[in-house]
Order: sequence, then structure tokens, then C-alpha cells
Amino acid sequence: MAGVIETVNLVKRFGDVVAVDDVSISVEDGELFGFLGPNGAGKTTTINILTTLMRPTSGRAVVGGYDVVENPNEVRRIVGVVPQELTVDEDLTGWENLMLQGGLYHLSSAARRQRAEELLELVGLSDAKHRRVETYSGGMQKRLELACGLMHRPKVLFLDEPTLGLDVHTRSAIWEYIRRLRDELNITIFLTTHYLEEADALCNRVAIIDKGRVMVTGTPSELKVRVGGDIIELETFNGHEGLVHALKEIDGVKRVISRDRAYHLTVERGEEVLPTILEAFVRLGVKVTKVTMKRPTLDEVFLEYTGRQLRQESSDWEDKLKSRFTIRRIRS
Amino acid sequence: MREVLSEISALTMRELKHWYRSPFLLVMTFVQPVLWMGLFGKAMNLTGILRVPEEVLAQLPPYISSEISAVFNKVISNVFGTPHADYFTFMSVGMPIIVILFTSMSSGISISWDRRLGFLNKLLVAPVRRGSIILAKVLSGVIRSGVQAALVLLVAVAFGAKYVTPHPLMILVLIGAILLLALGISSLFILLGIRLKSWESQMTLMNLLTLPLMFASNVFYPLDIMPQWLQVVAQLNPLTYAVDLLRQLLVTGSYENYLFFGELGGLVLFTLSVTFLSVLFAERGLRRD
Repeated sequence: MAGVIETVNLVKRFGDVVAVDDVSISVEDGELFGFLGPNGAGKTTTINILTTLMRPTSGRAVVGGYDVVENPNEVRRIVGVVPQELTVDEDLTGWENLMLQGGLYHLSSAARRQRAEELLELVGLSDAKHRRVETYSGGMQKRLELACGLMHRPKVLFLDEPTLGLDVHTRSAIWEYIRRLRDELNITIFLTTHYLEEADALCNRVAIIDKGRVMVTGTPSELKVRVGGDIIELETFNGHEGLVHALKEIDGVKRVISRDRAYHLTVERGEEVLPTILEAFVRLGVKVTKVTMKRPTLDEVFLEYTGRQLRQESSDWEDKLKSRFTIRRIRS
Repeated sequence: MREVLSEISALTMRELKHWYRSPFLLVMTFVQPVLWMGLFGKAMNLTGILRVPEEVLAQLPPYISSEISAVFNKVISNVFGTPHADYFTFMSVGMPIIVILFTSMSSGISISWDRRLGFLNKLLVAPVRRGSIILAKVLSGVIRSGVQAALVLLVAVAFGAKYVTPHPLMILVLIGAILLLALGISSLFILLGIRLKSWESQMTLMNLLTLPLMFASNVFYPLDIMPQWLQVVAQLNPLTYAVDLLRQLLVTGSYENYLFFGELGGLVLFTLSVTFLSVLFAERGLRRD
């Protein structure tokens, strides 16, 4: 067991429903590891187990060297959690929320103040710290939530759907904070998301999870390569009969489809192979009028391993989430 | 130990901030007992019914009127503990207890709000002792109850309650009794409500409980005029002990008897046991699965 997070055959059942099904993962120190999957895939349940909120039905999970079932309190000391739903207290100010958080982790009051100042600076909330959280925008609340999760300088940070329900602008800002955390504070981050581009943009390694099972694990580029590499499309002025054969000879080209005078190639490491491909066209005297190279997205990866598209499923969930926020508003 | 204090003080401060920043909450917990004092205490003047009006007595020959007065005084004395009792003074002593009941209830319900809004999860992933979460709720309930109970007693005096002045040492007992009851009732409601996920079901349970706790006690009526079975129930009710202690201290002024210490003991026993149980079951009660 070398990794900061290690799970072995982790299972969680709720009655007949298997929420987490035989999950074995290993997350290295300092890594930004992503759990990518649709809603109900078991991402949050896995986080709940790893953060000691729930106990596994069977299997083992170790975080920072401590077993989550046997030593939950030791695990709690070293993990920080930014859950999906907002857990900051809306009736308190941002500053008070951080002080409360510091108290929960037994920080001295000097340490509390100092870290709160630093973190508010980091997430860009210094100016709003004495305002009540209920006056914050969704993005500000999420950033405060992030600061709360970092108050005790956790070794491992769990981010459950960090940008769910946020607008594009806020999302990219949150991404920026997450990158800075990884680079500047050097903490291990375990992130769940159902946004493919989020996993792609942030994670060192991604595990695709569907119906409680981990389908595949790897770096985003590895996963894309496994799908079949980059996609290059060329349009030509005049086709050539030997061209398809010539293209297939090139090292790295996996598949060639030609239609009229257009060619659709699936290649590995597209940027390296593209010059060679163009040389072949020149050699055979074919004039290229248009070249486009597309990288496969995790969309294709997800489709490949689950047989389903991820996008349509997101929207229902966001509707549900919005109604939850409404409940919170009615209450206050 | 330092860790426990850090947890409890951080959480208690949070609860208290919610309370004193919400003027509505402050006013509402206050309005209810004041309304009751006006409606029950002033309108349902039980001692007034039992007392023969002065002008009637004046028309009768002195020996008859003194006899009649003596009989009625005896009745009032038997029922209310002192011949000089008036109903308003009698029932106003129960009002701080009602305040405690409702304030403690809101502490109990607030756990299900914390659960619903996800705040509880924040606590559960932190290295916070589960008992500290409960104790902070209870403690904030006690502080709120104490302050509001004291205010209500002052309002009662302003409305014309005639209290005797207890011995300074007994004022400490009085404060102690109020805080003990607050501690016990807060713990009781948390213990009962901790596993209920929705605040609707908690609300229902709380309403179901407050009514018998309030009326199967000596808050509004003396035990002696209740049917036997109700008396038995009322004598198991911790509110009865607390009200009776307050009455002995503030109304009759006669507390040098075994009853007084028996009731104090009963209150201590009740409070210690429910508080102990609520902390004991905290881990199991707060857990997600």
C-alpha cells in the first residue's frame, strides 16, 4: 500500500442497490486524481467512504496510511472535504465560517486568523470576508467552501463536483484555484466530476466510473490514445488511388477512411505524425486544400467504455440541484 | 481536553450567533409566554373564582365572614400552597419553564436542519467528537433558555406577579434549577429527534411531546385538582419538579422540607441521565448509514 489513497475491492450496498462495486484504486502523493462518471455512478458514495462519513459494506480503504473504518479520527485529521452541496453556514460571515472551521480542527486562535487571511487571499474573498455568506454568489460560496476545506492544511483534499451548477466563467476561476492548490501547496487532490472537460483540464489521472464500477484508469491522454488517438481530416483538390495505401504505411496511423477527395484518419500522437502524412500527399502530387486535427475528448473515451454519452444525463441533475438551492433560499 | 473545548466553544458560538442575530426568533420565543401570562394568567383567574368578593363579606356579620374567609383561604392554601396566592402569580412561575421547553425544542430541531443543509456533514468529516456536537447544541440551548427565562420572570413581575424574595443562596438554587431543566429538556429532544431525517417528522414529534409535557404538569393547574391518573403522569414529568421548585422559592417561600430536595434530586437525576444518553448515542445517531 504505497499510495496516499488506496482502496481494495471496496463495496457499498444500500439494500439491493450496489452503489460502489468492487472499486480498487491507488492515488499517488501529490496527484490530482479524478473520478469521472455520470450521476449515480457511485462517486459521492466513494468519497463518503474515504472521508469516513459512511462505512463500506466490504473491502478496505486506506487514506494517508490509516484505515477509514479502524482509525476514522486519524483520517479526519488529514483530509479536507469540499462537498457537493454547500455546507458553509449562510447566517455567518465568511470570516466566522473559517474561524468555526479552525475550531473544529483544534487550531490555535493565532493560527486560525493567519490561515484564514491567507486562504481568503488565495480564493479572492478578502474584501467580502465580513459579509454574511447568504449575500455571496454561488461561485463565492464555493470558493469559501474551498477555503474551509483547506483551513487545517489537509494532506488529501476531496472535491466532490467542485463546479457543479456554476457558470462557465466561475468554473474556469475555480479550476484556476484548484491548479494553484496542486502546484503551490502540493496536496493530493481527489476530485469527482461528470464534466469531461473538467477531468481533462485538471486531472493527472482519471478513473472512469459507471454503475459503481471503475471501467478504466489512466492519464487523460493515455485514455484518449486507447480510444484510437487523434483525428486528422484532410480535403484535397485531386485524389489519388494509392493514397490510402500509402497513408496506412505510415507509422502511427491506425485507420484511414476516404470519401470522395476527403480523408479521415485516426492516428496516434497526431502532431508528430501529421508532417509525415503531409509529405506522403506531396510525394504523390496531391494538393491538400484543408487540414484539421481534432484531439479525441474524454467524450469518446466515455462512450467507448460505457457505451453511453455523458452529456444528456447532466442536465436533469442540475435541475434537481437548482431546486435544492431554492429550498435553502426559502428557509432563510 | 483542549480539543474538546475548542470544538464545543466553536460550535456553541455558532448557535448563539444564529440566535442573537435573529430578532424574529428572539421576539417569538418571548411573545408566547407573555401572551399566555395575559390570556391564562389574567383571564383564567382560578383564585378569583374561589375567593368571595370583599363587598359580599362586608355585608355579612363579622363572625360569618371570617369563617367563610377561613374556609376559602384553607381551600386556596390546600390547592395553591399559600392562602395569599393569586392565580397569576401561581402560573407566571411556570412561564420560564415554558420558555425552556420551546427553546430546547428548537435546539432539537436545529440538528435536522443541519443534517438537511449539509452542515452536519462538515462536522462529521472533521475530527470532532460526536458528543461535542450534541453538547454544543445542548449548551447553546441552556444559555438561550437561561437568558430568556430570566427575562420572562422580569416581565411577570412587571405584570404584577407577587413573588417572595428568596434567600440569596436559594437564588443560586433557582438559577441552577432553570439551567438543569434546560439541559435535560434540550438533551431529551435531541435524543428523540436525532435520527429523524426530515424536519417535518421532527416537528410533528416535537408538537406531540410539548403538549402533554406542558399540560400534564403543574404549570397551569395545581396537581391536586387533577384526576388521579393525570397526577401520576404529571409527577413523572420533569417540568413538574422544576415548576414546583420555583414555586416553593418564589411563591410560598417554604422550601425547608424534604420535598424540595427530593424534587431537586429528581431533576438532577433526570438531567444527568438524558444528557448522558444523548452523548452516548451521539455517534450512532449522527452517522449517515
